[in-house]
Amino acid sequence: MKQLVLILSLLLSATFVSTGPAWAVLPDEVLDDPVLEERAREISKGLRCLVCQNESIDESNAPLARDLRIVVRERLVAGDTNDEVVEFIVERYGEFALLNPTTDGWNRLLWWAGPAMFLIALLMGALYVRGRAAAPVVDDKGLSDSEQERLNKILND
Amino acid sequence: MVTELGHFALILAFLVAIVQMVVPAIGAHKRWSGWMAVAEPAATIQFILTLLAFGALTHAFIVSDFSLRLVVLNSHSAKPMLYKISGTWGNHEGSMLLWVLIVTLFGAMAAWFGGNLPPTLRARVLSVQSAIAVAFFAFILFTSNPFLRLAVPPFDGQDLNPLLQDPGLAFHPPFLYLGYVGLSICFSFAVAALIEGRVDAAWARWVRPWTLAAWVFLTIGIALGSWWAYYELGWGGFWFWDPVENASFMPWLFAAALLHSAIVVEKRESLKSWTILLAILAFGFSLIGTFIVRSGLLTSVHAFANDPERGVFILGILVFFTGGALMLFAARANAMQAKGVFGLVSRESALVANNILLAVSSLVVFVGTMWPLVAEMFLDRKLSVGPPFFNSAFTPFMLVLGLILPVGAMLPWKRAKVGRVIRALAPAFVIAVLLAALVWTMQTGRTILGPVGVFLGAWLVGGALTDLWSRTGQNRDIGRLLRLPRADWGKTVAHGGLGITMVGVAGLMAWQVEDIRVANIGERFEVGSYELELIGVEQVRGPNYFSTMAEVAVYDNGVEVAHLYPEKRDYPVAKMPTTEAAIDYKFLRDVYVVIGDPQDGGGWVMRTYIKPLANWIWGGSILMALGGLISLTDRRFRVAAGAKKTTAKAVPAE
Repeated sequence: MKQLVLILSLLLSATFVSTGPAWAVLPDEVLDDPVLEERAREISKGLRCLVCQNESIDESNAPLARDLRIVVRERLVAGDTNDEVVEFIVERYGEFALLNPTTDGWNRLLWWAGPAMFLIALLMGALYVRGRAAAPVVDDKGLSDSEQERLNKILND
Repeated sequence: MVTELGHFALILAFLVAIVQMVVPAIGAHKRWSGWMAVAEPAATIQFILTLLAFGALTHAFIVSDFSLRLVVLNSHSAKPMLYKISGTWGNHEGSMLLWVLIVTLFGAMAAWFGGNLPPTLRARVLSVQSAIAVAFFAFILFTSNPFLRLAVPPFDGQDLNPLLQDPGLAFHPPFLYLGYVGLSICFSFAVAALIEGRVDAAWARWVRPWTLAAWVFLTIGIALGSWWAYYELGWGGFWFWDPVENASFMPWLFAAALLHSAIVVEKRESLKSWTILLAILAFGFSLIGTFIVRSGLLTSVHAFANDPERGVFILGILVFFTGGALMLFAARANAMQAKGVFGLVSRESALVANNILLAVSSLVVFVGTMWPLVAEMFLDRKLSVGPPFFNSAFTPFMLVLGLILPVGAMLPWKRAKVGRVIRALAPAFVIAVLLAALVWTMQTGRTILGPVGVFLGAWLVGGALTDLWSRTGQNRDIGRLLRLPRADWGKTVAHGGLGITMVGVAGLMAWQVEDIRVANIGERFEVGSYELELIGVEQVRGPNYFSTMAEVAVYDNGVEVAHLYPEKRDYPVAKMPTTEAAIDYKFLRDVYVVIGDPQDGGGWVMRTYIKPLANWIWGGSILMALGGLISLTDRRFRVAAGAKKTTAKAVPAE
């Protein structure tokens, strides 16, 4: 479906750069140490391929994503922690590279939007339901003239 | 010649739409029945003219008329016929024509099946529906005309993007559009009701079938797109939280909420203004989706500059219809008085909870989708919001929804005793917990996702079956099940389908096995509990592509269980490679094999995935859609929405 996005935007613009037949993690990138490799995969899934449409470097076929995957693995082999690797990438490419947005500054608004909306909706819903539970039964005003006319017509048919 | 006729029909349809927008609205206001009666034939004519235009464009694609700019850009004479036809909507201009065709189709259907609507309401519904058509006709004719000719036609076309040359994707857009645009008729009903100042049970009964139909189409469309991504993109992902996917998911969630709140209006005459608001929002989010896809605003801020005219035009349509409807809503909503009285514990309250969860989760998706844009415009920060955010911000709502659904679905209307329902559901709950515990002890990894998914799935399916079982009454009379209204069967099937999809998603995410290696021909290697062998690789020629096709055998305990042919294709005209994964579909797992590039030292790059329960995701989606369809055939809709005057005559009043 990601590719679909690419296609749809490509239908509208001529800025598409063919990425060639390379694809996501290749055997020659994989580290020998399975624990380190597992960590590398974990980190790659949270980093954005900067030239793609919202793909992580773990899934992307672009050459840049391959370079970044290799950088991530080099840093891990050099002994960096996961956070240090991510920081290393963010320092060079900006927070645009983070698929998981940070929780600082205005981004708190993003993270708290869901819980806040949920609480507000819950409160409004509770008030409504309480109102309905306490409401007296509304008298039916009966049929309007035009409805009565229609009813008569149907009954006479 | 045919092309010019199509172009002319499109312009005529535009003019008819203007008439249909204006005349019935004035007629309804002044109570002039002659003016109101214009709507019905106009809707039919408008649909036929648009169908002619669409047929003319399809014809140009079928005969490969390369004097048409659109055909040159998106077709090729060597392309298989299916993709020549699907190429008609595999591009911006053609897909907008399909979009407006469906708008007019729904308008015409509302005219054909709306025989028992009050005349003013019907005139207003058709007028609003036509206003939507007018906006999109203008958009097509003034910014995205599919019928533009080339002065010097080339010998052949530039081919359709090869990724789109796929049966799954050939049918994905039409279903998606039927869903998106189907919501337009709910919108028209909502706006017409606001103008009339009256919403009652009958109104809800007219709106619900349209909502159901739109939701069913949207479900199928999204499932097709997700399935296509799974088998076509080469790593078996099925959902990426991409802006364009979110664009289809938000209206789906709102339509699901609308579906349920309309039941409350229909049965209990409560939640009226909320239901109207949902109908406006559901279509509003369809328009936002169109805007997101067509403007390219969100995938790249710069893509907007590529097509400012189109983006601004759609933004105008979006603001006019959603903004206008919301203003009307603000002015009139107070007139909708709720009648039904219900207790804190009741089916009504459960459906309110359902609506809160669906609406808020959809808004969370919306905030996450729009946040990068907000951050760039107002905070001067360029950032991304990707799957990790949505997974942690959206999923909790679905967990809660899954937890309360079986209880809420069994609560009686008005006033309920929660103890009785919980006693009835106890066996389903215990079975679900036991299954989850069993899975927990069996799995080697420590992820909680798998057991949680299994619990929710078993709980939802068990809950749906318990609900059905409770309908057999005191004497457990199975025959009563057959006489149940079809809406009840639809509910069981759809809710069970949701459970099955949840198990599939959790299972696939929790227990997938992946293997990436250089495989030599004749060498056997293990992936999970299977053994694979690359038997050979050969070059094959397709109708409009060259293929590198591998032959792979899959063994389970030494017995061959599948023979797969993964391909790597190269489309010379479009200059694009594609991977064609080979998948062995089984009930409990898929074996998913992809062939890559040859290596210098011999051998081929191969990736293999064992994907547990993958089919359950789409199987559950199909069940959800099927449940909607079964509900749609319920007798009360056939009687209420489909009945014509003639049938009313045929049945004597008893």
